[in-house]
Amino acid sequence: MRTRPDAVFRSLADPTRRALLERLMQKGEHTVGALTGHANVSQPAVSKHLGVLKAAGLVEDRRDGRETHYRARPAGFAPLFGWLTFYSAFWNDRFTRLEDLLKRMGP
Amino acid sequence: MTTAAETLSVVTEKEMSHPPEKVWRALTETSLLDEWLMKNDFRPVVGHKFSLRTQPVGNWNGIIDCEVLAVEPHRRLSYTWVSGIDALRVQSVVTWTLKATSGGTLVRMEQSGFRADQGQNYQGAKYGWQLFFGGLERVLGGLA
Repeated sequence: MRTRPDAVFRSLADPTRRALLERLMQKGEHTVGALTGHANVSQPAVSKHLGVLKAAGLVEDRRDGRETHYRARPAGFAPLFGWLTFYSAFWNDRFTRLEDLLKRMGP
Repeated sequence: MTTAAETLSVVTEKEMSHPPEKVWRALTETSLLDEWLMKNDFRPVVGHKFSLRTQPVGNWNGIIDCEVLAVEPHRRLSYTWVSGIDALRVQSVVTWTLKATSGGTLVRMEQSGFRADQGQNYQGAKYGWQLFFGGLERVLGGLA
């Protein structure tokens, strides 16, 4: 699966998604139900976050009967491991945040 | 085997509809930097060592070590930037340049540095460091 570095970066910007990914990296495969038990958000929200992580190539899933099991996909981090791609995405994101802050600061 | 250093440079530039004085505050005040860049103990003083901290990701502890190289209020700010993650272990320098425009400020960020190959020999290391400090000299020379 080919993913853009900024998609990976954006998917990691959310703390709930980072927590879900961290759990999968440390504890291995989980069902959505098991992950929801450890998260402070609803099951549909967990499913949605997993969908974003999957689209970014950071997790993969497999069906087992009625259950879907998710596991981390370490190779998905590869786009971040290029210095140029990493920092291009990083500074684009930070410029947006800087401009948002300037708007909030008032004159 | 000869190894060469790989030079790297990222430039991001954008015109923002705010005056340089205000952009400068966002680039240099600790609490404002917290909001858009990272948690930090920055001070706009040449030689000040500080760190930027973010959530650890994968095998990276989320810490970037920095040292202020140049401070020219409302115009230019420069600091070293070294992150601990193996794949991103690059000695680099971040330089901000602000230019007043009719509509606000042209904000330019350039991050440049080098990455020496693993198992580098003396020549490789020397070449890399020369590039690194050559970059610093250019930055500092531009302020004279």
